[in-house]
Amino acid sequence: MPAGGRLSRIGQRGGLQCRAVKPAPFEYHAPESVADVASLLAEHGDDAKPLAGGQSLVPMLAMRLTRFEHIVDLNRVGELFGVESGNGGVRIGAMTRQAAVEADAMVAERVPLLHLAAPHIGHFQIRNRGTIGGSVAHADPASEFPAVMLALDGTAEVASSSSVREVPAAEFFESTFMTAMAPDELLVALRFSSWEQPAGFAFDEIARRSGDFALAGAAVGIGADDQGRINRAAVGMLGVGPTPLRAASVEAALMGLSAAEADPAEIGRLAADDMDPIGDVHASAEYRLRAGSTLVGRVLAAALSQVQKEAGLG
Amino acid sequence: MADQIPLSMTVNGRIRRGRGEPRLTLADFLREQALCTGVHLGCEHGVCGSCTVLMDGEAVRSCLLFAVQAEGADITTVEGLAPDDETLHPVQEAFRDCHGLQCGFCTPGFVVSVAAFLEANPDPSDDEIRHGIAGNLCRCTGYQGIVAATRQAADAMRGGGR
Repeated sequence: MPAGGRLSRIGQRGGLQCRAVKPAPFEYHAPESVADVASLLAEHGDDAKPLAGGQSLVPMLAMRLTRFEHIVDLNRVGELFGVESGNGGVRIGAMTRQAAVEADAMVAERVPLLHLAAPHIGHFQIRNRGTIGGSVAHADPASEFPAVMLALDGTAEVASSSSVREVPAAEFFESTFMTAMAPDELLVALRFSSWEQPAGFAFDEIARRSGDFALAGAAVGIGADDQGRINRAAVGMLGVGPTPLRAASVEAALMGLSAAEADPAEIGRLAADDMDPIGDVHASAEYRLRAGSTLVGRVLAAALSQVQKEAGLG
Repeated sequence: MADQIPLSMTVNGRIRRGRGEPRLTLADFLREQALCTGVHLGCEHGVCGSCTVLMDGEAVRSCLLFAVQAEGADITTVEGLAPDDETLHPVQEAFRDCHGLQCGFCTPGFVVSVAAFLEANPDPSDDEIRHGIAGNLCRCTGYQGIVAATRQAADAMRGGGR
């Protein structure tokens, strides 16, 4: 018997003996309302961890990269699920599955970048469980939805037992796996506004194998006036820094240009100035800079071509 | 802390009850208490896809769920796909016909994933098939037989009714 006497014989059928379980022991809570989650978090602080889709947290628990005395399962909190209309955009409950975000018609129409980014997350089996709130709260710098949220100036609705507050994306992602949320706070929903103008959106990423973490990725939105002159630019990047990043130099260079005349490859190269990549076993920092800025150019090209069509000029 | 708790869910059409700590994974519950040893454990952290099962009709990694989270759920493992012991599911039949397996370790996860994929996408292109099977790893076949099996199963499931 592997790990000492704690592991009792639980498979009585046929006298089977349970193998060692992998995560450290925890107390399991399955609250059914945000208020109950908030009071559990208030009581246990950073000894407690909310469990959303579990596609990142459970592997980390299984490998004992982390351990918590209390796991607060959000999967039975009905009010955290679903997409609704709000302020001309959408409000997406934090527990809405990535697959549901991908399939939602209102999201596709009002926030096309989320719809375009979703298929790049893991595999369909992962997206069936993984949630948009889990992705954002986990704050992996190589993750897709955080980069889209940052590019589009989305906001996080965050609740504790004593308050509810809105945190803009620009203030939300503090460092790798670190957010502006306190241990007693829960991510309840994400808000995105839709663009009421001719606009083009595109998303792509570079990964060695389908479903791998991206070595670099780009989420681009470009808005233009009726003449096709660019008056809004949003460029988010993933995998090229300690957090998702905005390519501010690219955005500044695009403003005021005619969408038809902007040179995406040349402007995309500016993105390297806004990156802060590290080298690891998957790719060197230099590779991420060069491949990442080339990718920004390609994604820009796709968004520019679409915005011209939307402006009736393509 | 972490007392044993009672567990109950439907597995392949039958109610299965058991006990376990909250940290017991669904995969371990299915293998050791429901005796569905077709649920294979390769990586146990969500990468290889060998432990894929259907939970309320959707393909999921059973190593990334705790059994307690599946309380009351309807689980289908590879053992429950075919209607009876004498019949193979069209996906299983196609894997046999097209040499979609060699050692067989990854096969239960592939079969469950492909069955779910084809339910959602009954007439996939070859490119869609390759994306559809990307969440499962096979170290033997080189995937060509699996792509061919998925194509054959798609045609059979569309045409033949199952």
